[in-house]
Amino acid sequence: MDHLNNQSPVDLAVNIGGIQLANPVMTASGTFGYGREFAQFVNLDAIGGIVVKGISIEPRAGNPPQRIVETPCGMLNAIGLENVGLERFIAQKLPYLRSIKCRVVVNILGDSVEEYAYLAEKLSEHAGIDGLEVNISCPNVKKGGVAFGTNPAMAQAVTEAVKKHSTLPVIVKLSPNVTDIAAMAKAVEAGGADAISLINTLIGMAIDIDKRRPRLANIIGGLSGPAIKPIALRMVWQVANAVSIPVIGIGGIGTTEDALEFLIAGATAVQIGTANFYDPGAADTIISGLTTYLEQHNETSLINLIGSLDTGVLS
Amino acid sequence: MTSIQENSRIKSAEQITEDIFRLTLHAPMIVSLAKPGQFVMVKTSSNLDPLLRRPFSIHDVSADGDLLLLYKTIGKGTTLLSALTQGMSVDLIGPLGNCFTYSGNHDVCLIGGGMGIAPLLFWARHLSSGVTKPGTHRVLLGARHRRELQPVATAFQSLGYNVDLATDDGSLGHHGFVSQLLPPILPSVQGVYVCGPTPLMQEVANQCHEIDIPCQASMETHMACGLGACLGCTIHGSDGTYKHVCKHGPIFDAKEVLWTI
Ligand SMILES: Cc1cc2nc3c(=O)[nH]c(=O)nc-3n(C[C@H](O)[C@H](O)[C@H](O)COP(=O)(O)OP(=O)(O)OC[C@H]3O[C@@H](n4cnc5c(N)ncnc54)[C@H](O)[C@@H]3O)c2cc1C
Ligand SMILES: Cc1cc2nc3c(=O)[nH]c(=O)nc-3n(C[C@H](O)[C@H](O)[C@H](O)COP(=O)(O)O)c2cc1C
Ligand code: FES
Repeated sequence: MDHLNNQSPVDLAVNIGGIQLANPVMTASGTFGYGREFAQFVNLDAIGGIVVKGISIEPRAGNPPQRIVETPCGMLNAIGLENVGLERFIAQKLPYLRSIKCRVVVNILGDSVEEYAYLAEKLSEHAGIDGLEVNISCPNVKKGGVAFGTNPAMAQAVTEAVKKHSTLPVIVKLSPNVTDIAAMAKAVEAGGADAISLINTLIGMAIDIDKRRPRLANIIGGLSGPAIKPIALRMVWQVANAVSIPVIGIGGIGTTEDALEFLIAGATAVQIGTANFYDPGAADTIISGLTTYLEQHNETSLINLIGSLDTGVLS
Repeated sequence: MTSIQENSRIKSAEQITEDIFRLTLHAPMIVSLAKPGQFVMVKTSSNLDPLLRRPFSIHDVSADGDLLLLYKTIGKGTTLLSALTQGMSVDLIGPLGNCFTYSGNHDVCLIGGGMGIAPLLFWARHLSSGVTKPGTHRVLLGARHRRELQPVATAFQSLGYNVDLATDDGSLGHHGFVSQLLPPILPSVQGVYVCGPTPLMQEVANQCHEIDIPCQASMETHMACGLGACLGCTIHGSDGTYKHVCKHGPIFDAKEVLWTI
């Protein structure tokens, strides 16, 4: 009997600007470590792709504590881009990532166009990396990528530099802390981006009213989690309508239904972020949930779902 | 260290005082892996608010797979936890972090203040399980009032320990801080384990440092994941680096911690 066969009749495969994913479920940078941290909770081989914690040329220590604050249905973080740096990433983290079956995307960050270009060039020399995700949007580091992510010309320049110095597919990750997200998307598309991911965190703040002090040592931080989902969804929809390259939806995704909303809005893939913290098996659950949804809706391919939103006038 | 996600069942939920609770969870898989000093991340709600899991030390374990938590209601998560009753299930991730260590067969002192007592019972049980005789180790416990100290102290006493007590209001044992009980004892022990409010741990760490006695402290920070992924759980290390409590800790050599910040 066919339906008892392990092989599901539905096809979840998608292509993100040259990166072929077995399914559209990825894990977001900074929320999934370097993969290994989750090996006991989720089937790493079955995930569409892992985006690793943002890497800079030199290791970064990050911000002083307190770095995280829980907020209603969300959290603020001011990690400050703490990471092991390029050299240790390649020596200590990449070998494990190479041993798992899923696609590996390396998230990169820098203080200048030259730093992004250098990272792109060096990472392209190593086997086991399927793509780059350029973080032009992290709000945490005062000197960091914030200027790139809020200025279309700067964003385009970084994209061009990374493309020029890399043989890998390049995903540019947008900041939501802008007035016109479509303009940012068009700029990075013009810069040669193979795909766009969004959103990074929204800048927020929390105050301890007894001490009259900010809760985060950095004063401000990035808001993530279910609280940001409607904003992320709106921006993904706007960007998907503005560009012709694939879009990856990120922001508050924790369930199959969340992922479906983003796909219907026009995302070709999704990334799970904060949900990994409270539900480390979320990726597995969403992958099987997508299969079930397609079967129930008599769809054979997930691709038919992407951008299928009907905005025709409702009376 | 191996950790897993386990759906535990509440065997009993006891209220000790108006804000202190003891929860007995049947979690045989986590218990089989657990070492004293480790913690679990507890899901306190089935919806998205509160969003994050809450970290709690493993208070004690039993041979038949029970895991005990001792906690105080502070805010949203612990209040929800306190409303749970026998038979309900609680989603846990654990055991997480490193553990207390003991080398040789010398005498040690365990000092706990408030909810910092929680991880020490499991450690005391381990130390009394053959490594050394309980009577030779010292246990110092402190709390606000007799009502919250007596029930937890009894558990140490039934392991055979001589327990010295202190309360803020003098209702049981020494009237004052538990750290004030340490100086006369310190010269006769070769190791100290402390958990409690930061001022207590800092004071104990200083006393140990002065006469060069090794001290292990169980540290607390805000945590999003407990898995080493979010990098949110930092404390200042004495060497100028940041330490991640869920990965490098929660148990630290007191000398590794920068106490002055
Ligand atoms: C390793 C470790 C072991 C712990 N063991 C125990 C224990 O055995 N018994 C016990 O009563 N408490 C323990 N705590 C503290 C316990 O985690 C907090 O009391 C609890 O998270 C408060 O949650 P809440 O929702 O009630 O409070 P809220 O104030 O509503 O919580 C808001 C946010 O702040 C965090 N938070 C608040 N207070 C603390 C704190 N002191 N430490 C860390 N995060 C905090 C919460 O986790 C949550 O993310 C431990 C903490 C750590 C890090
Ligand atoms: C603790 C934490 C660390 C993060 N670190 C990075 C990072 O290094 N690089 C990056 O591009 N995004 C980083 N992000 C942003 C996430 O990848 C994601 O874009 C954002 O959290 C929104 O998705 P979510 O609501 O599903 O978490 C981080 C987010 C969190 C919560
Ligand atoms: S709590 Fe997330 S890294 Fe420690």
